[in-house]
Amino acid sequence: MIPELGHFALALAVAFAFAQGIVPLWGAYRRDARLMNAAPAIAIGQLMALVVSYACLVWSALVDDFSVLNIAENSHSLKPLLYKITGTWGDHEGSTLLWCLILAGCGGAIALFGRKLPGSLRARVIGVLGATACGFELFALTASDPFTRVWPPPLDGRDMNPLLQDPGLAFHPPILYVGYVGFAVPFAFAVAALLEGRVDAAWGRWVRPWALGAWCFLTGGIALGSWWAYYELGWGGYWFWDPVENASLLPWLTGTALLHSAIVVEKREALKTWTVLLAIGTFSLSLSGTFLVRSGILNSVHSFANDPARGVFILVLLGLVIGGSLLLFAFRAPAMTGSGLFAPISREGALVLNNILLCSITAVVLTGTTYPLFADLLLNTKLSVGAPFFNATVFPLAIPVFAAMALGPMLSWKRAALWPAFRRLWWALLVALAAEMFVVLKMHALPAMAFGCAAWIICGALADVVDRARLFRVPLHDSFGRLRGMPRAAFGTTIGHAGLGVTIAGIAGMSLAVQSIVLVKPGETVHLAGYDWTLEGVRDAAGSNYSARVATIDVRRNGKLVTVLEPSLRTFPVQQMTTTEAAIETNGLRDLYAVIGGEREGSAVLRLHDNPLAPWIWFGALIMATGGMISLADRRLRIGAPARRAVPAIAARA
Amino acid sequence: MTRRRLLLLAPLGATVLAGGAFFAMLVRMTQGKFDPRGVPSMIIDKPVPPFDLPDESGAKLTNADLATGRPVLVNFFASWCEPCVEEAPVLMQMKQRGVPIYGIAYKDKPNATLGFLRGHGNPYARIAMDEPGRVAIDWGLYGVPESYLIDGQGIVRWRYVGPLTADVATTQVAGLMRKFA
Amino acid sequence: MRALALALFLLAGPAFAISDPSEMLPDPKQEARAEQIGSQLRCLVCQNESIENSGADLARDLRKIVRQRVVAGDSDRQIVDWMVARYGNFVRLRPPFDATTALLWGSPLIALLAAGGIVMAGRQRRDEAAPRALDSAEQAKLRTLLEQ
Repeated sequence: MIPELGHFALALAVAFAFAQGIVPLWGAYRRDARLMNAAPAIAIGQLMALVVSYACLVWSALVDDFSVLNIAENSHSLKPLLYKITGTWGDHEGSTLLWCLILAGCGGAIALFGRKLPGSLRARVIGVLGATACGFELFALTASDPFTRVWPPPLDGRDMNPLLQDPGLAFHPPILYVGYVGFAVPFAFAVAALLEGRVDAAWGRWVRPWALGAWCFLTGGIALGSWWAYYELGWGGYWFWDPVENASLLPWLTGTALLHSAIVVEKREALKTWTVLLAIGTFSLSLSGTFLVRSGILNSVHSFANDPARGVFILVLLGLVIGGSLLLFAFRAPAMTGSGLFAPISREGALVLNNILLCSITAVVLTGTTYPLFADLLLNTKLSVGAPFFNATVFPLAIPVFAAMALGPMLSWKRAALWPAFRRLWWALLVALAAEMFVVLKMHALPAMAFGCAAWIICGALADVVDRARLFRVPLHDSFGRLRGMPRAAFGTTIGHAGLGVTIAGIAGMSLAVQSIVLVKPGETVHLAGYDWTLEGVRDAAGSNYSARVATIDVRRNGKLVTVLEPSLRTFPVQQMTTTEAAIETNGLRDLYAVIGGEREGSAVLRLHDNPLAPWIWFGALIMATGGMISLADRRLRIGAPARRAVPAIAARA
Repeated sequence: MTRRRLLLLAPLGATVLAGGAFFAMLVRMTQGKFDPRGVPSMIIDKPVPPFDLPDESGAKLTNADLATGRPVLVNFFASWCEPCVEEAPVLMQMKQRGVPIYGIAYKDKPNATLGFLRGHGNPYARIAMDEPGRVAIDWGLYGVPESYLIDGQGIVRWRYVGPLTADVATTQVAGLMRKFA
Repeated sequence: MRALALALFLLAGPAFAISDPSEMLPDPKQEARAEQIGSQLRCLVCQNESIENSGADLARDLRKIVRQRVVAGDSDRQIVDWMVARYGNFVRLRPPFDATTALLWGSPLIALLAAGGIVMAGRQRRDEAAPRALDSAEQAKLRTLLEQ
């Protein structure tokens, strides 16, 4: 009964989405206030239908209803409760339904939080979201229905891939999807603006919080996926330039460009074409990523059950959404003329450079990821484009971004001079050079340069705050006053930029990672990175649906016990798979990392790592997302008007 | 059409082209003509890579033995390989239709190989034992089973990845045997 | 077929990617070189890993071959060529630089130039559209209008 209810709710959602797509857009076209004002209610209706639908899927998983095919294929009665719930989004059908739920959630969010938007814009935004959602929900209903039944129901399910039965991977999809799908809102804003025929400063101000929110989640989702790979896959790697990873990086890059470009639209009414194109492009990249992963075209470890037939459906959907919006762009964009003129050396100029560089990196990653496909189709040659290519091409483009990041916020709008901006950063440069000197003898050239850049970025971000507070130039009391009056967005910028610096420092630090693969008997000690690692023993353990062999490793430094690591090797009988669980101990500055491989004649194969600055990689991402959240909390963004300045003397450099 | 308009149409143009290409890829994937995971064979139209292995009776089997003057099928298999079990009846049928088949046992202990053949039938004229698996790497093997057609002069002409099916045997192999006879 | 592909992935689980210490070369420099070469070679079974990180049997065999050839004195180029002779360019994670990959390796430069060019063209158009200074006749007219 419940699965049928879920199926019906999904169908109802399609109906709502269809109405949501047509009614508000027609109302806006006809300037019919009643139709336009119906939009929020329809959006909430769609959201509620999908909440019910998804809840039915979760319920079916919780009660082990194996007559539902999706549950039979992906769940098991012995699977832990947490993974029964999170497993609903661990397969193609369930994750598609989650995607639809979040897309409906976007419409609902505009309905609830977008009350201050002008009626026609709000109606159009909700309308575009509805039309997009209708397409995806139709796909879910017809080609990816999670509620199909199987009869007779099997006695027990086929269990879920053990790799997915893990806290990190359990939460990675929803956070990532809020990021991916969240960019549908800026997309809808862009299409709505093109339909209205107007892109102005107000539009820039309204679109930015939504882009920022989606960006925070996308940053978190990507970081979570990377962290999971680090502790689950067992060899300390965290980014492989795998096609699916690249598919998540592409919208992140253009989303970052969008965030920054929208500032210029808001402040200076310039870069309108760029910003609208970025808004359309970011969501288009999310959608294309989804398509490429689920159709089986991409050769990746993240294989969902690949189905070219489904791929065609999604491709047609993409064609309508992306093609339609780009067609609208081509015809309406000429009407968007910017009024803000600016000199090449200015804050706008720096943001244009930012756009150019980020879009170039996006183009390179996109080319690299899809090149093997095109080469096979058009040239009939088989190529691989792997990590060595991306590392060689992306870093040269990224270094100028890092350099400009600290300088950009120091430049004034419209026309700036480089020298005064540098003068405010003199100490940041010193610290960066000192950091570089510190590591250049230990690291290779590229990581050393990255480490220097990281220091430059972090100090540059701090220099911005220091400068605004006129620290050490006015009495300390005044500085605090200025800091208190500073808009939250300024703190958000500093923290966000500093976060990236922390992540880059972590990546540079990992280049110094040392590892040792050894075959040891209990009682033997290995010396690595100044620590003594002693295998105390290997014992049996069991979980609800697996059996494990757990090793106990004492790590000592100068005789004192630092930590006890317990890596394990888990065997899942139903799926006949083994997974490794690395044991990681972090002190914030480095990770001690141990993995157990097989055992032979009483000895165990151990893989031991010392990873300097590894935790900074994900800590930095957390800081970036926090910075974004702080920016979101800025009153100016929420009420759509500049906040009263507490200290009127602060020049409007913001 | 002003230059600006052309520029603004560029993203749409690129998307349409890409969409067309992806559509072609999907269609070909359903037809089996496009496989993003497939590894191409580097020895097609080249002589058989030189090898020297013991056969099931201990005698030598080398690449020269494969140039018999008529086309032969070389089949890489192993006792531990499940799809090879699926393939066994098809190979037996081909043997009955007079196709000369040589087997190369990949990373398999001779006892296990012989046990497998006792259980599923022996379609092979001779079997080379590639226990270390090095010869297979010289052939560009990346999984078992794989089958190769060698013409009468010892040149590799065709490769099939995966278990041979009756369909492939009748449509493709038979045709190739005639073509290179 | 789908089930088979999935099965192949499942067989080569990450558990065995730990690799065997006895595989490693006794000379750390040679071992480092072998690892560096291996990290550029694609595992044909777990296709998104290099042979260094993959747990597949074939990856282990290829790792052994790389190490044997390093010890035998082959250059990096020769070892990669040996692999390419058997598996094609597909085995190289770092694609070769030739006519078919010119667009690929050139993409950073092409992207930068294209983006930069578009920005320049935009500025030029804006400069052209900006109102130009008044000439003397128009200035005279302006003066008379203002004095009225």
